[in-house]
Amino acid sequence: MNATAVLAAAGGNTPSIPAPHIEYGRLSPMLVVFGVAVAGILVEAFVPRRYRHWTQVTLALAGLIGAFVAVVVLAVQSHGFTRIDLLAMESVALDGPALFLQGVILLASVVAVLTYAERKLEPKAGGLPADAFAAQAAATPGGEQERAAVRAGFATTEVFPLTMFAVGGMLLFPAANDLLTMFVALEVFSLPLYLLCALARRRRLLSQEAAVKYFLLGAFASAFFLFGTALLYGYAGSVKLGDIGDVISGKAMTTPAQLASTRSDVLVLTGLAMLAVGLLFKVAAVPFHSWTPDVYQGAPTPVTGFMAAATKVAAFGAFLRLFYVAFPGLRLDWRPVMWGVAILTMVVGAVLAVTQQDVKRLLAYSSVAHAGFILTGVIAVNKQGISSVLFYLLAYSFVTLGAFAVVTLVRDSKGEATHLSSWAGLGRRSPLVAAVFALFLLAFAGIPLTSGFTGKFAVFQAAASGGATPLVIVGVLSSAVAAFFYIRVIVLMFFSDPQPGGPTVAIPSAFTATAIGVGVLVTLGLGLLPQYFLDLASKASLFVR
Amino acid sequence: MNSLIPLLVAAPLAGAALLLLGGRALDRFGHWLATAFAALSFGFGLALFSDMLGRGAEHRAVTQHLFSWVPVNGFQADMTFRLDQLSMTFVLLISGVGTLIHLYSVGYMAHDERRRRFFAYLNLFLAAMLLLVVADNYLLLYFGWEGVGLASYLLIGFWQHKPSAATAAKKAFLVNRVGDMGLSIAIMLMFTEFGSFAFGPVLGSEGAVGAAHQASEGKLTAIGLMLLLAACGKSAQVPLQSWLGDAMEGPTPVSALIHAATMVTAGVYLITRSSAIFDLAPDAQTAVVVVGAVTLLFGAIVGCAKDDIKKALAGSTMSQIGYMVLAAGLGPIGYAFAIMHLVTHGFFKAGLFLGAGSVMHGMDDEVNMRHYGGLRKYMPVTFVTFGLGYLAIIGFPGLSGFFSKDKIIEAAFAKGGTEGWILGLCALVGAAVTAFYMTRVMVLTFFGEKRWQPDEDGNAPHPHESPKTMTIPMVLLAFGSVFAGGLFAFNDSFLKWLEPVTGHEEGNSPLAPLTVTLLTMACMLAGVALAYLMYGRSPVPVVPPVGSPLTRAARRDLLQDDFNHAVLVRPGSALTATLVFFDSRGLDGFVNGLAAAIGGLSGRLRRVQNGFVRSYALSMFGGTLVLVATTLLMRSV
Repeated sequence: MNATAVLAAAGGNTPSIPAPHIEYGRLSPMLVVFGVAVAGILVEAFVPRRYRHWTQVTLALAGLIGAFVAVVVLAVQSHGFTRIDLLAMESVALDGPALFLQGVILLASVVAVLTYAERKLEPKAGGLPADAFAAQAAATPGGEQERAAVRAGFATTEVFPLTMFAVGGMLLFPAANDLLTMFVALEVFSLPLYLLCALARRRRLLSQEAAVKYFLLGAFASAFFLFGTALLYGYAGSVKLGDIGDVISGKAMTTPAQLASTRSDVLVLTGLAMLAVGLLFKVAAVPFHSWTPDVYQGAPTPVTGFMAAATKVAAFGAFLRLFYVAFPGLRLDWRPVMWGVAILTMVVGAVLAVTQQDVKRLLAYSSVAHAGFILTGVIAVNKQGISSVLFYLLAYSFVTLGAFAVVTLVRDSKGEATHLSSWAGLGRRSPLVAAVFALFLLAFAGIPLTSGFTGKFAVFQAAASGGATPLVIVGVLSSAVAAFFYIRVIVLMFFSDPQPGGPTVAIPSAFTATAIGVGVLVTLGLGLLPQYFLDLASKASLFVR
Repeated sequence: MNSLIPLLVAAPLAGAALLLLGGRALDRFGHWLATAFAALSFGFGLALFSDMLGRGAEHRAVTQHLFSWVPVNGFQADMTFRLDQLSMTFVLLISGVGTLIHLYSVGYMAHDERRRRFFAYLNLFLAAMLLLVVADNYLLLYFGWEGVGLASYLLIGFWQHKPSAATAAKKAFLVNRVGDMGLSIAIMLMFTEFGSFAFGPVLGSEGAVGAAHQASEGKLTAIGLMLLLAACGKSAQVPLQSWLGDAMEGPTPVSALIHAATMVTAGVYLITRSSAIFDLAPDAQTAVVVVGAVTLLFGAIVGCAKDDIKKALAGSTMSQIGYMVLAAGLGPIGYAFAIMHLVTHGFFKAGLFLGAGSVMHGMDDEVNMRHYGGLRKYMPVTFVTFGLGYLAIIGFPGLSGFFSKDKIIEAAFAKGGTEGWILGLCALVGAAVTAFYMTRVMVLTFFGEKRWQPDEDGNAPHPHESPKTMTIPMVLLAFGSVFAGGLFAFNDSFLKWLEPVTGHEEGNSPLAPLTVTLLTMACMLAGVALAYLMYGRSPVPVVPPVGSPLTRAARRDLLQDDFNHAVLVRPGSALTATLVFFDSRGLDGFVNGLAAAIGGLSGRLRRVQNGFVRSYALSMFGGTLVLVATTLLMRSV
């Protein structure tokens, strides 16, 4: 039923509103994660402080793994992603891309939570092990209250439920089948991320500044998204993606009112552009990328890794659904614009990264450039485009998580040593860590035998088959520029002399070690034997309408 | 039975791998292991041979598909082996002589500390060479071709501590690259013109016409010339002959096996195998005979002037392969005789080299024949086997070389016309010069007064017979030198054996066969007599006389290196210098400029990233405006 009918029913004499039908079983991945998030809040309220860390870690990991199992079960039940459906009054889609991306988000979150749980890198505070997060978020940086909190060994274990809320929103985002659900999901995962960014234990002012910037700009972008939603509702008379698509293609039964509004396509095109702004902000595409380096640098590094990996997956998932389900009929209108955005994103990301001196900022610009590469796959508008983007997101998220996890290990007395000059000669002091980081950099650069190559090859191939050869050429040239700054770091690590008094590489606990190990395995695995996952992504590349 | 074919290659390959990877543990008995693997391969060859003899002539050629090597759509290269009479002949020659030379090396290399590695390389060579001759397509043949090139490089430079050996290895490698380029271009041409490079589809097989029969003559000439270039490189034919003399820096068994009996004949194999192409490209065939005729005289003249026993023999090898190439260029008149001479040459030239090695072994590695003399008393076995090889190569009636060389000279005359006369006379002159330089080697080494002197430390060499491991192979090869030719010529058995593969036709010789034989004998006797007069009658000076300009030029390999230096090296260096100049000034300047431009752009763009959230919001707002505006503008497009 569409919105007009609901309004008519409400205005009429029949008082009954039918109870929505909710498929709890098939929504279980999201329900489990949200449930765990709520339970995490209760843990904060009722569990004594010294047990909270382990309770939260256990709870979060169990919830994520449980949700992942649920995703796998649903995927198996879908018979190779052929049995696809709309759930919860057609507001949530259960199809191949949704399940695939939910799986990727959950696995990435498991790895991210492992880095959250790390307590061996920071020196002990108040006799208790400390993690990467502020002792007490509300205390003024550098104030007496903060010192007291550190002395007492406090820890902000709220990061776990916050992350679980974010994960829940991210699971919903690429599955949302109407614009309102999509907007709600966007806010559900964005708000906890704003908070998480502010929680760094070291350099707290920088962290808080990053959070405020992210919040202000994020709210700005969300406003555009919401405005776009309103315009599209005005145009199509529905917020459901499928209905919008039908109206655009002229398939829908249209009322006279709708006919009047669809006579001009200014509404739909403006709405489309504004929705795109909201999403392009989240994926960090130029010119909506300016928050990325500041926020990536200021946020606690485990949060940066989580955000860089999972947000990108969720946002590109929603992007795909929006443009493949609602707007395929307008692709002649939006493709030229997206071409421009993709080209700008690739070029600006790669060029700006060249002069970066901070490893986290470098990775931030690298993530901008990668957003451009992924956009080339989105623009293909064919089945190959979907599957290549799915594969790329899988590959990229684990490389990113691994790279940021390595960044947490290189430390000096002031915490993480992120300035590139202090990474000089790292390969001589810690060959293993430097080699692992080099592997991640090579994967970012798209060198064969790593997952980065397979992913980049897939999106470029899709773009070329979709008729975007010039875009591929720009992509390859930007990759060449990007290769320069990745290789520069490798050269710095292996062929420069170490600085006296440079950073040391801390020995992590099993948590971070596992996270990095998973990153290495996935990076090499998807590079050497990508076929199974390419097939899986290809099978999963059908949207429900 | 056919499943044994891959094992021909696999046995020595396993030996090479085992010896190279086995490490020091194999130092004590690795050489015997390698010899066993070579013998095993020979055993497989014999088994396959007897199996082949059991079948009728038309069923003798077999192929064995092992696996699909490069399966790409439209480009199929298979690991398929072909064993027909031609490859069978080579398999027996390579593995048989190869086994004997392994055995010889056990004695010769007994005191070398890197012996295990030497035998590993020998096994590697056998594997590559056998692969070359049993391949069923040109790409696989190329694999073997490069493999023997590698083994040859490793073995020429085996004593790498000697700068001369290292340089010689590099020279052989570089010159061979030119030839290899020819082969690779030929394969590419085949693929683009015929869509295949397998023997069957290109050359034709029973009941099927090959693509070569339908191609235009121009294309076939191009392919033929490229194949000839390849043959020139591997077989040391003019103009790519310069590496063979220097290759004698390698240990003598290597010279015997690779640079006399087997590898250097790969060019002859290639031409004979590609007969279907050459038969249809007369211009390419003419080029082949010209190369053969020129090289047979070139090598013979060089052989006359060398005082280094191995280099004299190297000149001889070049010349004898010139005979084979000449015969192969004659077309179906000559293919079978080219291969027949190749096999008999394999026996007597290997025997001669082993004899030379034996002499060097007894003379403290002295190679200058002017310091030998009268050695027949000290080394009777070497003397007799070397002497039989000598009689065979000069074509003494009844011995191997007599039958095979005589047939080639006959075939050259049988080409007919002026061409036939020119080629026949070249071959006759070659026979005379061969008799001259071989008699010279024989007389200088084994007859006359002893001429060796103690060196500065007063250590005079004490010539002695070599150990059994060395003499037994020499004796066995001597048997081949004596009897192989007669066996092959008897009842034209060799001709009939090869005819199904190479085809045969009788030419129209202007001279009767007996006349040719008598002329050849006369030339041979004249050469022997002249050499005896020059070196046997009067004492040989230990210091070489100045000699005529031709002698001096021949001592310098007829100025081949001067020629190469002037024509190729100097312009090449100039070209390289120019390119380096343009690369460093032009390209590097552009590249560095581009890098600087990107860096500058990056630095400028960074200033936009000023940290103020208001600027960020403004840029987002501007971006949104542009996005909306362009979307609206684009709709009409």
